[in-house]
Amino acid sequence: MNKNNLKILFFIIILFPTISYSKEVYLSPNENSYEQIQEALILLEPGDTLSLSEGFYSFEDGLSLDVDNVVIEGAGKDKTILSFKNQVTGAQGLLVTASGVILKNFAIEDSKGDALKIIGADGIYMINLRTEWTGGPKSTNGAYGLYPVESRDVLIDGCVAIGASDAGIYVGQSENIIVRNSRAHYNVAGIEIENSYYADVYDNVASHNTGGILVFDLPDLPQQGGHHVRVFRNQVVDNDTDNFAPEGNIVGEVPRGTGIIIQANSDVEVFDNDISGNGTVNLSIVTYSAETEDENYYPHPKSIQVHGNRFGKGGFDPDLDKVIAGILYELSEGHMPDIFWDGVLPLTQMIFGQPDEEKLILVNNGDASFLAIRPIKYMLSLPGITSTDIETYYGPIRPLSPVVMDIPEGV
Amino acid sequence: MSIALRSLVYISLFLMSTQLWSVNDTKITSKEFPPVLSEFEFFIDQTQQLPADNVHSYELVTTLFSDYSYKSRFVYVPNRKKGIYQEDWVFDFPVGSALIKTFYYPNDERNLELGSKLLETRVLLHKEAGWEAVSYAWNEEQTEAFIKVAGKTINTSWVNHEGVKREVRYRVPNKNQCKECHSTNDVISPIGPKARNLDKQLTYGDGFKNQLAYLLQKGVIDSIPTNFQTVSDWEDESQSLEDRARAYLAINCGHCHTPSGVANSTGLYLDFNEVRPLHLGINKSPVATGRGSGNLKYSIVPGKAQESILLFRMISIDPGVMMPESGRSLVHTEAVSLVEEWINSMEN
Repeated sequence: MNKNNLKILFFIIILFPTISYSKEVYLSPNENSYEQIQEALILLEPGDTLSLSEGFYSFEDGLSLDVDNVVIEGAGKDKTILSFKNQVTGAQGLLVTASGVILKNFAIEDSKGDALKIIGADGIYMINLRTEWTGGPKSTNGAYGLYPVESRDVLIDGCVAIGASDAGIYVGQSENIIVRNSRAHYNVAGIEIENSYYADVYDNVASHNTGGILVFDLPDLPQQGGHHVRVFRNQVVDNDTDNFAPEGNIVGEVPRGTGIIIQANSDVEVFDNDISGNGTVNLSIVTYSAETEDENYYPHPKSIQVHGNRFGKGGFDPDLDKVIAGILYELSEGHMPDIFWDGVLPLTQMIFGQPDEEKLILVNNGDASFLAIRPIKYMLSLPGITSTDIETYYGPIRPLSPVVMDIPEGV
Repeated sequence: MSIALRSLVYISLFLMSTQLWSVNDTKITSKEFPPVLSEFEFFIDQTQQLPADNVHSYELVTTLFSDYSYKSRFVYVPNRKKGIYQEDWVFDFPVGSALIKTFYYPNDERNLELGSKLLETRVLLHKEAGWEAVSYAWNEEQTEAFIKVAGKTINTSWVNHEGVKREVRYRVPNKNQCKECHSTNDVISPIGPKARNLDKQLTYGDGFKNQLAYLLQKGVIDSIPTNFQTVSDWEDESQSLEDRARAYLAINCGHCHTPSGVANSTGLYLDFNEVRPLHLGINKSPVATGRGSGNLKYSIVPGKAQESILLFRMISIDPGVMMPESGRSLVHTEAVSLVEEWINSMEN
């Protein structure tokens, strides 16, 4: 047998099983779409593809997928539309509890709760999806557009999220994350990375939200201590929608016109972004301020590096209904800074100083204005309660490593 | 043949026939699910829900609310095998076992002799690879139930205790929804048959006895444990308000809202063993609740049920707000009253 024959045999042996066993299921909109699609989502086997043709699919119940390594594919995010406007059951539009799933080229509209929720996936790839509440920003909209939680290897690429009453793109309690080439508009939070480890958020546009990009950490949860988040090459501009989150939710505290907020995370690098047109503040770095008894929780941001960003107009229309904006307005005497740090640290560090590697670094941000609170002076009503000298925060940049992810074929 | 002899033959034939009526074990363990319920041969008379000899009816102290439907529960354990007691967990029923639960509405709750309508029979089957769950929906004629992997909507009604006709859009769960509730660390498991929830006195053919003793006698379980605390009957007003409310929440919420359950990312844990006030929801802020918060700040505000998200979500029937997320389309008014009373009784 010559070499070529061996090669052919090799291909037959390797490829034959995948060719013979993986199948593609095609469905089009009709009056039994719900039953057909839900049944297909259950009966798919690993390696299969469910292909949804162009059209408007209307559902009364939520859909769910629990089969690993399948592809759900539409004809385009403005062509294959899964509408949950008439939904009467199900807390999500589509719930995914499987790993290695590729979701691409479709839209989920008007779900009563979250549009797309993914729980506990090891590998979830969202490509060219759209989630939208079509009636514009309303507190009756569902909370999250794209919502992976407790997952690892999360890719969100080329997606659009509009109108979520919490966050358009929300990655919670997850690890190894890429959010790129995506857009978030008219949400309370555009893109939010919460209680997560190793995330790259780049080449996105967050505009006309209440707040553009949020990197948060919260206490009393199974995964906390969010760290290693890189936010770069994004357009975080014109976030000017009034906060429409239902009360009780942490994003309800976000002032209209906030570009980026970093709260209680470690190792966050914000660079090469365009941040402008945010009427309250372009960038805010803050401590988690509510009470907590969680001894394992660290409420302060640390090792935050902000460099090489282009700051435009900001702070021209502060949302004074929100506590934090009111305090900042008062302290800055109406001159809202581009970059704000609340200065809150553990007491010993506020007296004796921070370890060098934990210090806030601000370099090469053009002529961005800055304000930090000096909490001890603030509490004791001593003079000099704020600092606006950005040069004292110069320091060497220690770049964080990029997120490395094996992205499967077919994405 | 003498009459006596003939009777003897008939009697032996009868005895043989009952002996012969046994469950079809291969249908339980095979990879494929049979298309119709009758293939399992769980019942001598399926429509009457009359079980085969080695299929045993059982009850739970406190049960999951499913839109006021009634439920008949059965357990089957293969010959010469038993469910092994596991501390703080369901009995470990061996491979080949089945748990069978039929959901129905009586036509008129005031007079159960007026018959009932069978909706679905859910089965949990212990296959070699683990437990699997699926439901069979009954036909209009009530002669057979057909597998519904994708679930089914049944628009129906019944007349309740007060003589009021209640309409319901009853949902038979799809296979994924079965797993959502029955999932512990991502593995499917039964929920109900824990010693603490089986420990009740019942009337049997031979008198009044403890259900665990009955199940032991029938060879369904291996022992009667002593080191457990019985769950409270949420409807038993002789028991404490807290025990009743916690029992209801444990059974209706605690299978997801537990550190190993599907809702663990919320940090709200309502299972039987949770003791940390914050994780029980007391003055706990919501995490990813969205409009489920109802503009309220905490899951439970002691003394103030109306300010508690937990109660708000029990009262709602909006799919984006209500809890549980599936299996309920009506408000469980009596349970709402109980939880309301419990929260209001807490010291502020």
